[in-house]
Amino acid sequence: MNAGGRFELRSAQFRHERQASWQELESLLKRIEDSGLAVLSHDELTQLPLLYRSAIGSLSVARAISLDRNLVQYLTGLAQRAHLAMYSGRRRPVEGVVQFFARRFPQLLRSFRVPFAIAFGSLLAGVLIGYQLTRHSPDRYYGFVPEALAQDRTPSTPTAQLRAILYSKPRQGVALDVFASFLFDHNARIGISCLALGFAGGVPVILLLFSNGLTLGAMAALYASRGLGGEFWAWILPHGVTELLAVVLCGTAGLVFGAAILFPGSLSRLDRLRTRGRDAGLLVLGAVPMFFFAALFESFFRSLSQEPSLRWTVAALVATGWVLYFASGREAARG
Amino acid sequence: MAEPAGARTVDVLATDGTVLPFEQAGLVERCAALCVDQVIIFAATGIMVLGALLVLGGALGIHVLSLMIVINFVLRNAYFSFFEVRGGGATPGKHWLRLRVISRDGGALQPEQVLVRNLTREFEVFVPMSVLAAPQGMFPDLPPWAGALCSLWLLVGALFPFFNPRRFRLGDLLGGTIVVSMPRIELRPELVAAPVERRSQPTTDTEYEFTSVQLGQYGIDQLQVLEDLLRVDDEFEHKETLVAVLRRVEAKIGWDTPTPEARAGEFLAAFYAQLRRHLEQKALFGVRQQHKREGRLERGGRSEPPT
Repeated sequence: MNAGGRFELRSAQFRHERQASWQELESLLKRIEDSGLAVLSHDELTQLPLLYRSAIGSLSVARAISLDRNLVQYLTGLAQRAHLAMYSGRRRPVEGVVQFFARRFPQLLRSFRVPFAIAFGSLLAGVLIGYQLTRHSPDRYYGFVPEALAQDRTPSTPTAQLRAILYSKPRQGVALDVFASFLFDHNARIGISCLALGFAGGVPVILLLFSNGLTLGAMAALYASRGLGGEFWAWILPHGVTELLAVVLCGTAGLVFGAAILFPGSLSRLDRLRTRGRDAGLLVLGAVPMFFFAALFESFFRSLSQEPSLRWTVAALVATGWVLYFASGREAARG
Repeated sequence: MAEPAGARTVDVLATDGTVLPFEQAGLVERCAALCVDQVIIFAATGIMVLGALLVLGGALGIHVLSLMIVINFVLRNAYFSFFEVRGGGATPGKHWLRLRVISRDGGALQPEQVLVRNLTREFEVFVPMSVLAAPQGMFPDLPPWAGALCSLWLLVGALFPFFNPRRFRLGDLLGGTIVVSMPRIELRPELVAAPVERRSQPTTDTEYEFTSVQLGQYGIDQLQVLEDLLRVDDEFEHKETLVAVLRRVEAKIGWDTPTPEARAGEFLAAFYAQLRRHLEQKALFGVRQQHKREGRLERGGRSEPPT
């Protein structure tokens, strides 16, 4: 027999033979957990999977032959740590974000065409109905547009003042960037609440989109009644294209979410929520930067350009950009 | 993967089909980790704003406010996702408390899952916190009773973990993730490391030889209690416990001559080694004796015929 001698117990013998490799794995794991896989040398990296597999094997053996509880617990913990080190999915955060916006986000939206159409349809219906109703009886304007939002824009406001709002310079003393960050915070919250409302089966989401559409339509009708219709849209659309699209995206997410609760299909509700909820959450996540751009545009571009034709051009360019973006990534999906 | 309701572990299959039972972290640990992270975010916002003030001085003016809004928003929303993607499922707070986020299906934790589980934080943590901080300020336009109701609704996110059996946060539910605790367990010294060769020489070992009937009195449960007892490092009080256990074992197996108190540790170590060999051998042949037998043996340990 060798110098170590044979042990009376198989389990003790087993431990004696394997212990060194466990301790090697443990020291590797400690370094990985503290500073990442990158600290390992090439040799250590090739060693890791072998040590991991050996630890898993040791665990199976120990469970079968050893009654030493500490040993089994130690090996379980070791195997778990090694498993996470091997399969942790550690990524470079920036890489993940780039990949998401380059491929995943447009693909995601394309896979939810129906809820997107419903969300967009409710907003559009709101705009049209609000517009028609207000054109016929201007008093309805007060019902559709909340006072806080209307500010000085009511049917009793003189045309000159309505026009002035479209081309107003920012008020003195309030910095544009403060305005932009407030807008962003406000809008992003609306989007996220769209997702949260999906909990109630998606009905409030449609309602929210529809009532936002009513407000917009009523305002458009007010301006159209003074012959300022075109200029109103030129005022709204450069940032509105992005902002409304983001709102519709969040609405889509809320609908997807609600549908998962109402129609779980062959899965249980929790399972359906888990698969669909993730997609819905990602849609909202992608929409948040859109709100950011929209807010920047709203506070900077609007006051910089006073020419309706320039505003129309920019709005068209932005819209084309979004269409191209959401049509992109198709080839990658096939390949 | 099977997820029985109420279970506190998540079984993950390793490469060769070995089951790794991950233990779900308790609410207290998770809250503690969250507090650590919040303190870090708070401190970081303060330092960045102070730094900007020092560098730019008075030139900043009104922009300080917008800077704070943006910094706070970015930190609040990016901190958790950034560290959980980069650190393999652990923010600094979680790392410190030895918690990890893992994917419930046992696969690699995807960045998407991390993003989704942190998306709901606004609704779960920050909104309820502002409700609690200024209950009347949230809905100034509403009558008090309506404001109270709305505030209650905003607390739903924070209270969500208390209303499901597995204590999932909303984000964990959506992201398909779970927070597990990963305590580091030390490998303690082997208790039976006596090579066979030494046994050929007459040693004190032979003083305690137990028959298989005597060893058969106890099961795996008792063996592991004894294991914990023998691995206690603390000397105080320990002596008394050892002696008490010694007397109970002696009574149970019908040991002839009472062992002197000073040698209680020695007796129990020998008993542990032989009991473990006995039970491990039985287990190898497919009989796992988990519990002890009822009753005691008479003096000499021979009165009851082996069954």
